[in-house]
Amino acid sequence: MSHFAYIGVLIFCLIGTGWLELAMRTHVYRRWNRLLLAVLPVALLFTLWDKYAIAQGHWTFDSTHISTVTVWQSIPLDEILFFIVIPICAILTLEGVRSAHGDIVGDEGSQNSDGAAGTPPQFDGAGQ
Amino acid sequence: MTYTQLSLLGVAIALGLDLWLFRTVLVKRKIFWKSYAIIFSFQLLTNGILTGFRIVRYNGDKIIGSGTPLESPPAFIGDGRLAFAPIEDLLFGFSLVLLTLVLWVWWGSVGIGRTPMSGPPRAFMRRLIK
Repeated sequence: MSHFAYIGVLIFCLIGTGWLELAMRTHVYRRWNRLLLAVLPVALLFTLWDKYAIAQGHWTFDSTHISTVTVWQSIPLDEILFFIVIPICAILTLEGVRSAHGDIVGDEGSQNSDGAAGTPPQFDGAGQ
Repeated sequence: MTYTQLSLLGVAIALGLDLWLFRTVLVKRKIFWKSYAIIFSFQLLTNGILTGFRIVRYNGDKIIGSGTPLESPPAFIGDGRLAFAPIEDLLFGFSLVLLTLVLWVWWGSVGIGRTPMSGPPRAFMRRLIK
């Protein structure tokens, strides 16, 4: 069981944000192509950082509390999953806040192309 | 490079990409800081678990504070740490989150996955958050 401690934390993060997709209708997982395009480059970059940090001895892992799978000779699988899960959580949080408040994000397209000058989208029932 | 130097470099690069390369200017938008405040509080919790139980251990030569002790938890606060985690982790997390959101927003701004847009919340959530 203890080998799942790190991965357990990641599952907690996925559940802690996953409900936003349903309750806030964030449509993040549904836009999986955009999600992959955002997450994968970041995961790759931070995996390289991790590789360097492990090689330089910046940090080490308690082998009894992580999975036994190692990627690219030195990186625990848990770390790779971290660099995928946390970006997904960040995006779900942003879209959850947008769903709740209708704030301008800057990706609204022609109606609000420069963001700052636009008005928040109006939802059915919002502001009642 | 030390973790301290790299974490500062990470923040600088993420800010540079946000403000000048992708021009998503998220750090000038309220929604970014609202979101980051939520993410930050959960980072303290989850990273606190990973560092407080010493699942991840840090080398004292590479961070501002001391390294993770062998037989006891690190300082909860102080000695260059906050909620057990080295403050470098907070910078690392900031650059991870900012870079992710910059890419997400940028892909949307060029028309990839712009729709279906987020929201509206389901009716029961609308009542809760009103």
